Amino acid sequence: MTDPKKTVSVQPDKADAIKARNGRNIALAVGLVAFVVLVFVVTLVRLGANVGNRF
Amino acid sequence: MAKPAVLPSDTHRTEPVRAARWQDYFQLMKPRVMSLVVFTGLTGLVAARTHIHPLLGAVAVLCIAVGAGASGALNMWYDADIDAKMRRTRGRPVPAGLVEGSEAAALGVVLSLLSVMLLGMAINWLAAGLLAFTIVFYAVVYTMWLKRWTAQNIVIGGLAGALPPAIGWAAATGSAPLNAWLMVLIIFLWTPPHFWALSLYISTDYAKAGVPMLPVVKGAKATRQQILIYSLIFIPVCLAPAFTGLGGPLYLAVSGLGGLVFLTLAWRVFRSDAGDAADPRTADRALYEVEAAPAPAAEPAVEGKRPPPVGGAKDARNLFAFSILYLFALFAALLAEAMIGVKALELIP
Repeated sequence: MTDPKKTVSVQPDKADAIKARNGRNIALAVGLVAFVVLVFVVTLVRLGANVGNRF
Repeated sequence: MAKPAVLPSDTHRTEPVRAARWQDYFQLMKPRVMSLVVFTGLTGLVAARTHIHPLLGAVAVLCIAVGAGASGALNMWYDADIDAKMRRTRGRPVPAGLVEGSEAAALGVVLSLLSVMLLGMAINWLAAGLLAFTIVFYAVVYTMWLKRWTAQNIVIGGLAGALPPAIGWAAATGSAPLNAWLMVLIIFLWTPPHFWALSLYISTDYAKAGVPMLPVVKGAKATRQQILIYSLIFIPVCLAPAFTGLGGPLYLAVSGLGGLVFLTLAWRVFRSDAGDAADPRTADRALYEVEAAPAPAAEPAVEGKRPPPVGGAKDARNLFAFSILYLFALFAALLAEAMIGVKALELIP
């Protein structure tokens, strides 16, 4: 009887599909994080000039 | 509105050859067009010669780039049926079957909203309004209506590609004065001779796709004539910034010398038979090549070598390639003068 661990193999096209999906997910995550950071930094810059004027 | 009978994604998609990568989604944003838009938008922002926080300036340029990319994605969704029939565009992600048309549309809508909202909230709403107008004009007025309807498609539609300098200027100053619109006018008048030169040597592709480009509808001779007329109007407008306090001596030299070359090339196209016969060299890689001096007539034909261009096709190719260089040089001169602080000329006080 063969060892089930050894028979588990991923077909080349499926492996490519998984790799492509991971790449898309990472790109999406990087894009979202970058957007959040951008909004945060823009807020700091925009507020920075005005907060001081209120006191 | 001339809409395809069936959504492009339903009928013009081939079986995917591989899974879509993130790069395919990036290709939907037309990165080559984006780079030109970024460059002209940045020039508008810097040529305004006012202080803007560097980060806010970078955000403005990013929003312009993403907005342009969004309209590119919407264009690729809607035009997938046309793209699939043309050699130049059939490798794009939607007709190649890599990305669903609906995904391209969704990407375009989401990025449009994000770029306009961020530009409005971070910079100002005049710039955001101009960006929103640009996206709608390109995706709806040009792509969905003009492109399939009239031979004047790229003349009117060229406004979308011309607006980024005004958006950049508005982002920097909160206003859009005459000099900002002069930059818009330069790109607007540059577009017809640029695209018609291209369409002269790939008109068979446009005819096959049913796109009413000028050479397809009016013929090559009328197109060559229109190229010359638009060039004669375009070059004086390129000189104008040196008279209105926008460009300096470097700009005057670049626009003057480059303008002479442009007019010479346009004259050569006018006198040639470009577009009268199909050019066998309409492979993708040849589109951006400049033709060198004609090869000696006695040169023997080599098997596997690309065929020589037919008739005046090389004149059309030369004008197409030089038009890109000329526009780049004009805006590079404006950008350099503004960054270095060269005083702009004001020959008409």
